[in-house]
Amino acid sequence: MIDILLQPFAFEFFRNGFVAAVLAGALCGMLGVYIILRGMSYIGHGLAHAIFGGAVVSFVLQWNFYVGAGAWGFLAALLINQLARRTKVSADAAIGVVTTASFAIGVALISRYRRFTRSFDAALFGNVLGVTAGDVLVVLGVTLAITFLLLLFYKYLLFTTFDEPVARVYGVPTGWVDTLFALMLAAALIASLQILGVTLIAAALVIPAITARLLTDDFNHLMVLSTVLGALTGAGGMYLSYYVDVASGASIVILQATIFGVVLLYGTRRQREDVLEHTHF
Amino acid sequence: MEPLLELRNVTFGYGRVPVVRDIALHIHEGQFVAIVGPSGAGKTTVLKLVLGLLTPQQGERWCARSTLRIGYVPQIETVDWSFPVTVEQVVLMGAVRRAPFWPWARRDDREYARQILEQLGIGALRKRHIRDLSGGQQQRVFLARALMAKPDMLVLDEPTTGVDMQTAENILHLLADLNQQGMTILLTTHDLNTAAAHVPWIVCLNETIIAQGAPHEVFTEEILNRTYRADMMVIHHDGMLIVQQRPHPHTLHDILPDHVPGHPPDETQGGTA
Repeated sequence: MIDILLQPFAFEFFRNGFVAAVLAGALCGMLGVYIILRGMSYIGHGLAHAIFGGAVVSFVLQWNFYVGAGAWGFLAALLINQLARRTKVSADAAIGVVTTASFAIGVALISRYRRFTRSFDAALFGNVLGVTAGDVLVVLGVTLAITFLLLLFYKYLLFTTFDEPVARVYGVPTGWVDTLFALMLAAALIASLQILGVTLIAAALVIPAITARLLTDDFNHLMVLSTVLGALTGAGGMYLSYYVDVASGASIVILQATIFGVVLLYGTRRQREDVLEHTHF
Repeated sequence: MEPLLELRNVTFGYGRVPVVRDIALHIHEGQFVAIVGPSGAGKTTVLKLVLGLLTPQQGERWCARSTLRIGYVPQIETVDWSFPVTVEQVVLMGAVRRAPFWPWARRDDREYARQILEQLGIGALRKRHIRDLSGGQQQRVFLARALMAKPDMLVLDEPTTGVDMQTAENILHLLADLNQQGMTILLTTHDLNTAAAHVPWIVCLNETIIAQGAPHEVFTEEILNRTYRADMMVIHHDGMLIVQQRPHPHTLHDILPDHVPGHPPDETQGGTA
């Protein structure tokens, strides 16, 4: 058993990928709590697509990937926020418009400039083979920075997520809080893109948080549980990816979805048992 | 005496049509004011203007202090009851400005939250999820959060909606006690009789302020008819004011003559046995 666990670590790509997947899983788990509680589960999916557009633009303009895609993702997140807040456009419609337009720009550029040397399959579906030590450092840096910011602004984020207009009355600068959250989300998505891929990152944001939500009614426990679930499924998904030979993003999400299914079934069964226990025939 | 907060001839609308117009409202320190009016009269809009959540299209909101602290209790219907927070976590949100950074509450804030919850009679519930409380207890949790902010003024939107008569009475008693201790309070309510019994200053609103004054001054049939655009009646009984919409001349028997128990159908009107 120990051999099964240790053997993949003989390869540098696995070591890099494993650390990156654990960190990306934890990161998505942490932010996912706020995303599900804000009722914005679709934003991860949309923003990842928007960032894909930004990545293609950075490649065409020969900018640094992290700077170009990061700025693009951040602007897209802000634009969604402002559209949803200041116009009659609802949040899900704003996400749909902004992010698909951005993705379309990426697709248009790919079809226009047919001289790409870089594989965009990896960006779409995730690929640990491409994770370098530099990428691991980026994920580590982003995870530490976001953990610090989430702790520092914990009270502001909690109050704004719970009830934004009331938080404003109590002196919380909710506009800034939303901007900060958009920035953190864009940074987390870019850092996780290589591991999880554009198409699967939304699941990594939502599934650990929603699974943890089924298990607890306490916000602090929810944060911890979702982060731990994200990290553990990141690790488990990497082993699955190695031994079953599937894309890392897919294996992580399949594992998360399986755990979600088990917890859901357990919860439903427990509810039924509670009802039976309290029913006298 | 200079008011604590004032709306000076304020007009506001969400589109071109004003929801409220020409609102002149003065809230003095230590005052206890209730805004009454029918649904859609603009009560919540006036509260949001008072809170500074909406900006007047005409007129201005004026505050005596630049750092006026307001404790706001929203309508409980607007709260997300499935949100994973305990009573204590909600109450501690009220202290957000005193220690804004890091997740941990200060020891004195925790102690103050415990005292407030004890005073409001829900000290034993502080570790409970907010969904697991009765309507009256839920109102008290949000009142506790407002008090946690150590406010100069309390603003409550429909604090007696969705609770039974006894709980509504208890909430108004509690607010009257807080007002006795010097707290300035502004609330909206549909419950005219409880307001008449507990609130010394009433503002009758329907798009604009119809009248304001002590309950016995404004709870007249003429003012209430204009406010509610309905046929209201005011009964003085045992030193109390009782307000009621005049019963409609139609009874259930007029509408469903065949289906009212104890009222056999009139043969002459062609009813079936």
